[in-house]
Amino acid sequence: MQLAIKRILFFVALFGLWELAIRIFHIPAVILPSPVDVLLSLRESLADGSLIEDLGASFTRLIIGLSIALIIGVLLGVFLANVKTADETLGSLILALQSIPSIVWLPLAIMWFGLNEKSVIFIIVLGAAIVMTINMRTGIKNVQPLYIKAAQTMGSTGIDLFIRVMLPAAVPYAVTGTRLAWAFAWRALMAGELLSTGPGLGYTLKYASDFGRMDMVIAIMFVIGVIGVTVDILIFQRIEKRVLVKWGLEQKEAA
Amino acid sequence: MFLTIKNVQKRFTNYGKTELVLKDINLNIKEGEFVSLLGPSGCGKSTLLNIVAGLLTPSEGELHLDDCLITKPGKDRGMVFQQAALFPWLSVEENIMFALKKEMKKKEARVIVQKYLQLVQLSSYAKHSPHELSGGMQQRVSIARALAMNPRVLLMDEPFGALDEQTRRRLQDELERIWSETKKTILFVTHSIQEAIKLSDRIIVLGTHPGKILKEIPIDIDRPREQHIQEIVYYEDMITKLLKNEIDNVVEEELYDAVSY
Repeated sequence: MQLAIKRILFFVALFGLWELAIRIFHIPAVILPSPVDVLLSLRESLADGSLIEDLGASFTRLIIGLSIALIIGVLLGVFLANVKTADETLGSLILALQSIPSIVWLPLAIMWFGLNEKSVIFIIVLGAAIVMTINMRTGIKNVQPLYIKAAQTMGSTGIDLFIRVMLPAAVPYAVTGTRLAWAFAWRALMAGELLSTGPGLGYTLKYASDFGRMDMVIAIMFVIGVIGVTVDILIFQRIEKRVLVKWGLEQKEAA
Repeated sequence: MFLTIKNVQKRFTNYGKTELVLKDINLNIKEGEFVSLLGPSGCGKSTLLNIVAGLLTPSEGELHLDDCLITKPGKDRGMVFQQAALFPWLSVEENIMFALKKEMKKKEARVIVQKYLQLVQLSSYAKHSPHELSGGMQQRVSIARALAMNPRVLLMDEPFGALDEQTRRRLQDELERIWSETKKTILFVTHSIQEAIKLSDRIIVLGTHPGKILKEIPIDIDRPREQHIQEIVYYEDMITKLLKNEIDNVVEEELYDAVSY
């Protein structure tokens, strides 16, 4: 409870200072709008349904992109973990690609797919699939040898061993991979939408910026942040925690 | 003979240096016998057990179980490790079912699972996850899992080594009971002299560098053995003396290694 009070006080103070600074220094709204303006703008876009529409469009892209990325990531990760030559060659390429933010592929993507949904989805897939691949590969490679030995003494070999032991043993890594993939996908989505077409949160943000509506820009930034944090904490961190406890990789916190 | 180990040698190569870990191991084990491999760390007792399990191959020599040459792991040899090695993504019941799944219907498998859960006195834990069980309970499930596939021989690699003293005692009693109920042949690795005396029909004492059989000691004490303190002490003294030289050697060698690094 203490923690909640501390946080509420902190945010109240932050918004208070922000409002105060704008009044004292007479900062114009195109430079930095006041928190009240931002709230009003948020209410406006909620009321006319444009925010919901944007969210719907953005999430559709995200889900399509993330799903494709996860499938590719799992398959590629499993492939790299099992084929040494592929790991040594293709694996190094994937590690190298990881250091390139996926958004810089957008110019190429637009040439290949046109200035549309597909380009944005391509950017999402690229960003999320790489991190999923790397985690999946690590997961399969790091299966405890003891599990494998135990399964072998129970007559399990080959494909049977892989499906019934290696894959489930790698689940904690897959969950972490999915969480990171979501984070990468979310960022890639916003970047892609900013530079490409709407409807969508990123597109509306750019649109608002073109009209100097900084209150709207900050309102959308706020929405992006809240969604990012909420999904991460409420969905992924919970699943991750539960899996880690069940897989015996982390102790349950004392109640 | 039921399980025969003939002229087994095992070498490991580390950093280009070949080391002989097991030398001239010859051993015959009768059906239903409880045999312990006892020795200081580094004597290769676990290695020998892994070779019997088929998880390692001997450099020379061969092993037979029921006149079949052992070349790879198989369901005729159940193994219990120091860690329970239960699969965390499966329930207790599913863990015990692991080896049964391909051979029979789920319904039949469930009956067997219940039977072995009863044997280890964990009937009410079928649906639990391994992580919800204590270390001792996990190890009992692991024993049930190995027994459920009805192996010819049960191999146990310091199965109680990671448990606290009280749990360890309880599980030793339980293993003795399980052994007398199932009449299984058990090959048991331990470094605890008391544990070996308490449980075994015969103790194979191994020496180090290279691992070799120092002596085979039949333990001739009526069960349950707690009451026969004098006999237990007699065997303890005998084995302690036998191992003292070996342990001194190990310590000396480790000191020498420590200095040379």
